[in-house]
Amino acid sequence: MKNIILIFLVTLFASNIQAQQTPGKKQSENIVVMGATAHLGNGEVIENSIIAFENGKFTLVANQSIGQGFDGYKVIQAEGKHLYPGFIAPNTQIGLKEIDAVRATRDSREIGSLNPNIRSIIAYNTDSKVTPTVRSNGVLIAQVVPQGSTIPGSSSIVQLDAWNWEDAIIKEDDAIYLNWPSMFSRDWRNHGAIKKNDKYRDEVKKLESLFSEAFAYSNKTNTKKQNLKLDAMKSLFDGNKKLYINVNFVKSITAAVLFAEKFDITPVIIGGRDSYMITDFLKKHNVSVILKNTQSLPRREDDAIDQPFKTPGVLEKAGILYGLSIGGAWEQRNLPFQAGQCIPYGLDKESAVRAITLNNAKIMGIDKMVGSIEEGKSATFFICKGDVFDMRTSKVQQAFIDGREIDLNNKQKDLYNKFKAKYEEDSKR
Amino acid sequence: MKNFIAFVFLFLSFQIGYSQITFPRNGVYDDRDGIYAFKNATIHQAPGQVVKNATLVIKEGKIEAVGAGVAIPAGAVEFDLKGKHIYPSFIDIFAGYGIPEMKKNDGQGDWSIQQMVSNKKGPYSWNEALRTEFRAHENFTVDSKAAKSWIKAGFGTLSTHRKDGISRGSASLVSLANKNEHETILREITAHHYSFKKGSSTQNYPGSLMGAIALLKQTNIDSEWYKNHGHKIEKNLSLKAWDELKNQPQIFAVSDKLEALRVLKMGKETKDNFIIKGSGDEYQRLEELKKWNPSFILPLNFPKAYDVEDPYNALLVSLGDMKHWELAPSNPGMLEEAGIAFAFTTDGLKEKGDLLKQIQKAIKNGLSEETALKALTTNPATMINSADIVGTLEKGKLANFLITSDKIFAKKTKIHENWVMGEQTVLKAMDMPDLSGEYVLNYGNEKFPMKVKGATDPKIVLVKNDTTDIKVKHNYSNGLISLSFSPYEEKEETITLSGVVEDKMWSGRGTSNDGQWINWRAVYSKKLEPEKKEDKKGAGKKADKNEKKKGDSKGKIVYPFMAYGWETPPEEGTYLITNATVWTNEADGILEEADVLISNGKIKKVGKGLSAGGGTEIDGTGKHVTCGLIDEHSHIAISKGVNECTQANTAEVSIADVVNSEDINIYRQLSGGVTTSQLLHGSCNPIGGRSALIKLRWGLEPEKMKMQNAPGFIKFALGENVKKSRSSRNNRFPDSRMGVEQVYLDAFTRAREYKANVGDPTRRKDLELEIVNEILDSKRFVTCHSYVQSEINMLMKVADKFDFTINTFTHILEGYKVADKMKEHGAAGSSFSDWWAYKYEVIDAIPQNGEIMNSQGVLVGFNSDDAEMARRLNQEAAKAMMYGEISEEEAWKFVTLNPAIMLHIDDRVGSLKAGKDADVVLWSDHPLSIYAKAEITFIDGIKYFDRAEDAEMQVAIQKERARLIRKMLAAKNGGAPTQGVKGKHHHHYHCDDHEDELSH
Repeated sequence: MKNIILIFLVTLFASNIQAQQTPGKKQSENIVVMGATAHLGNGEVIENSIIAFENGKFTLVANQSIGQGFDGYKVIQAEGKHLYPGFIAPNTQIGLKEIDAVRATRDSREIGSLNPNIRSIIAYNTDSKVTPTVRSNGVLIAQVVPQGSTIPGSSSIVQLDAWNWEDAIIKEDDAIYLNWPSMFSRDWRNHGAIKKNDKYRDEVKKLESLFSEAFAYSNKTNTKKQNLKLDAMKSLFDGNKKLYINVNFVKSITAAVLFAEKFDITPVIIGGRDSYMITDFLKKHNVSVILKNTQSLPRREDDAIDQPFKTPGVLEKAGILYGLSIGGAWEQRNLPFQAGQCIPYGLDKESAVRAITLNNAKIMGIDKMVGSIEEGKSATFFICKGDVFDMRTSKVQQAFIDGREIDLNNKQKDLYNKFKAKYEEDSKR
Repeated sequence: MKNFIAFVFLFLSFQIGYSQITFPRNGVYDDRDGIYAFKNATIHQAPGQVVKNATLVIKEGKIEAVGAGVAIPAGAVEFDLKGKHIYPSFIDIFAGYGIPEMKKNDGQGDWSIQQMVSNKKGPYSWNEALRTEFRAHENFTVDSKAAKSWIKAGFGTLSTHRKDGISRGSASLVSLANKNEHETILREITAHHYSFKKGSSTQNYPGSLMGAIALLKQTNIDSEWYKNHGHKIEKNLSLKAWDELKNQPQIFAVSDKLEALRVLKMGKETKDNFIIKGSGDEYQRLEELKKWNPSFILPLNFPKAYDVEDPYNALLVSLGDMKHWELAPSNPGMLEEAGIAFAFTTDGLKEKGDLLKQIQKAIKNGLSEETALKALTTNPATMINSADIVGTLEKGKLANFLITSDKIFAKKTKIHENWVMGEQTVLKAMDMPDLSGEYVLNYGNEKFPMKVKGATDPKIVLVKNDTTDIKVKHNYSNGLISLSFSPYEEKEETITLSGVVEDKMWSGRGTSNDGQWINWRAVYSKKLEPEKKEDKKGAGKKADKNEKKKGDSKGKIVYPFMAYGWETPPEEGTYLITNATVWTNEADGILEEADVLISNGKIKKVGKGLSAGGGTEIDGTGKHVTCGLIDEHSHIAISKGVNECTQANTAEVSIADVVNSEDINIYRQLSGGVTTSQLLHGSCNPIGGRSALIKLRWGLEPEKMKMQNAPGFIKFALGENVKKSRSSRNNRFPDSRMGVEQVYLDAFTRAREYKANVGDPTRRKDLELEIVNEILDSKRFVTCHSYVQSEINMLMKVADKFDFTINTFTHILEGYKVADKMKEHGAAGSSFSDWWAYKYEVIDAIPQNGEIMNSQGVLVGFNSDDAEMARRLNQEAAKAMMYGEISEEEAWKFVTLNPAIMLHIDDRVGSLKAGKDADVVLWSDHPLSIYAKAEITFIDGIKYFDRAEDAEMQVAIQKERARLIRKMLAAKNGGAPTQGVKGKHHHHYHCDDHEDELSH
């Protein structure tokens, strides 16, 4: 009996140690994955694939018919399994928010309405207990974005297996986020009915003066009086930073695009709920769109009941560069299903893969490094027992970031094992 | 004679009768008989009762005689009303005239700090929104300025009350005569008024519609108790007042048709025959309302057209709102056709003067003139039991009547005079001679042709040239005329003239711009030539005619009245789904290539090679058939508040009182295969409200959505929400999990004591404790919002102590930690698949929770608690497989059979078995797959959702919107007033919503 308890305690102890997921070690041996159905992320798929990688980069992406030997390689047999590039989650609060309702654990909002200088990356917590539950569903790269006011700040792109925030960076300060002022406001005297926002013009005017002054400031060579906010906006005008505009209503999307173009900026539209109505406009202006939560309700009573499911298919068909996202932190584990949801509604499977891999990488400007399984790119990918888009079949079994195999365990699995073990013990008694 | 009445005064006050007998007099008595005779008139004595060439005699403010051949008494002042009509003056029984208003509460206080009892000092109700003790007649003062606007609109008497609070106290019938209160108050008490708005009350309870309903029910009981016993124990003037008003007409103001249904239903319980002050959308649920045989007070504030010129902005306006714009003027006519009696009120009209214009609109849209007149006279009089004094022109009634130029509802009719209690008010002089014609006007050295257009209310213009007319302002009375105009646009010059009209010649003196006196005259030259209809106005009228020519181009009424509503509700049928994969949830498991036969609303047979028996065959090849999904925890289809947040125990409230059949999410969830939902109260309090169990019978009224004879449930809640953890301050007990236990112990102890006193005749019936006793007696089941193991364990121990079982723990995200204890207690777990990290009490939530509880023998379900997730509950079930080790069939039961068992309705739903309700879903794919679409959803054998039909409906919705947008644009171009675009706010309730829904 004593022994049993001892063993039990040891197991417990062991699993508790595991609860701290240690970042994977640098790839030291060459690895090849044999036989998987490889979804490359660029729209292509290779059945029976051979995927090899060295020093964190893909060295071979091919069909098994090549049939060459891989001496000295560690071989992963993946017949019947599926292989995907690591999913890329734009517009998240991963590492900024641990528990939504507990203020002390939130670092995603700052005071003030125009905060381009605020930088999310320095608050990014690599040891969040949430992150391991996200990457165990195949999401390996995320954009960490401040929230709140009109300009909440600058985002950065990270990979989700790191010792500290510097270690995590894929692209620092990649974009400034702008929450476009709403054309409508709520009438609280009338049960919160929606009416025109009388302050809309003023709010846009404020943005206009900020952007014109920032533009003028960016051309100054000798600045006696330094302005941190305008400094932060400098690289918007030379293309080193992107401008993401969070906007959903059709008319507002149009207004936001025209606004950005005044300053020679091609914006990325985030949200983009009504984008399906103005595909010609978006295409003409070369604007890309990151849709939020396809698993959502239509905004309007009269809308097609399945409109949010259909929108990605419409954008795909129209040839617009678009990606998919889901808001929040812990919710990121459901990013794959935002893509899966659209497949019966006009989006083919490989396009759905592309929508959360290469498309997002392109929009975010990191497609040279990640986003697809191509020779020379970072070996950031995962292996799933079945189709990752369908809860019925999805079981992510192995994942790699820059060739490093990462720990797919998480706090929830530990708790599961802990209590499973308890009940097993109980049943023996 | 002519000269006498032509003398214009707006308010003539005669000394009639022997008023204010008790008052001292200062001066010489001048009390006159006030005998007047109005002869040769067309008298509309009562709706449908018209006497031509008749005489009306009044004396001392009352009607002395009326009819053809009535002798004119000696000493009467006579009026010859040849060609004129006489009607009873109008009555508005929803007025606020002469009553001081309360300061409004803006409702934007700190929600975390609660006001538990009334701020009103004195022996009144504990609830500040119950102002039953208010007496209109004690607070009424004559307001002659306001009276003037009422008289102008044609009114003679009003029933007036203070529009403040849920119980608003009594109304009084008052006259608009220019007398003091002693004479104008005709009836001290005419009605008890109610609403669902708290008005100036700042107290938190009730914060929801269901709370207001519960409060009214309990107060009704309390007043009875007070009358019989309570008054010996305490003084409560509000309860006393309530009883005083019990036999008066009960008038309830509502804000939509569903509220009207709710009030009528409540009246059955409180034994009140409520008169509903409606909202103008009654036509949208007319059949259901009709069954209650109600009477209504109807507003006439038909919505203006929306300004939809910008198609993007137009997106904001829902189809339902657009359709209501088109059909609202038909509302009175439709109620008439349905045989529902109603009175009109000016409440909601910006200008009372628009009354007749709005009624004309209603008449154009199907209302009969006779019913319109009833709604302004006899009906309101009858509703407040005052038909003995007002409403018709009969001997002995008040001399309240209108003299009109023509039939009252004809387009150009003018009200000449409004007599109230024998007091004359001239609104439009009757003596206006027909001055129309062409004249030549000379003044100073100038000369213009002048046209006088129209007989009764002429318009005068000077003709400058072919295209330019100059408007002339004028005032005519009693043979005197004055004119003013500016003849030259470029000069700042105004000519003012005054003089007399003698035959066809007008003449007199006036002043030119520089102040010089000049002579003037206008000489009649000839009759007016009929004018050619001019372009702009003419075009508008043409368009108007065209619109009419197209016949009745109005849209149909749909149920519910919004996008995706049915024109004709779908009917039950016989269906055979063939050759599908059938998930029985029974011992048969999953059958391949099997058939399901549906008939008479039930599942007839499940098996192979079945015959359709003349029914419709549906090819299920390659598809899956399952029973409908059951959502144990839903907050859709609820009106005005999911939480009554204000007390730790609100067992008295019930979601069943506020089911909202007009929520688009009902339809959306049908498209996810959901057929049954438990609509739960939120999680604001340890003992929350009772729930409603509905089937998603889209289109039917709330009562018909409810599952009949379903077992009763009540919501309990533990943890952060009940201790109000999200607010920085809280003053409501409990503030910790420790206090939560005490709330239960206290409530159950009190309830047991209450039950023990059952025979005591002095006992006050307490709705809250009665419900708590139902729980203790295991007649009502508990579903308890819960997260962490300590609290779950606690509640089971409390229940054990009081010898009942917690039926279901909902959310129960740490259920996996105490699954063995739950099993032992007999509690089920209704959980989420993968939610966590959104608040502190869910940090240990795991997506394998369902699997572990299931493996320990706990009955497990997954619920939505979310309008969006509910339409993909099948995917949530699949997540149990994704994260844990569980078979497909077991996972599928999480959203079908298991919740059915939890809800004690598994004898009717939850599996495909002969004899069970035909709640059946045909899926395009494996039902646990993200790729599966519900193609058809049946409830009781009725096809409530069909994806192919949905596609057609989406097209039809766009077409109907386009038609209405065209029509609104045409109305705008035709000069109709418009309103800015507005959208409804779609509130998707969650457990912890706490907005006060009754403060605006």
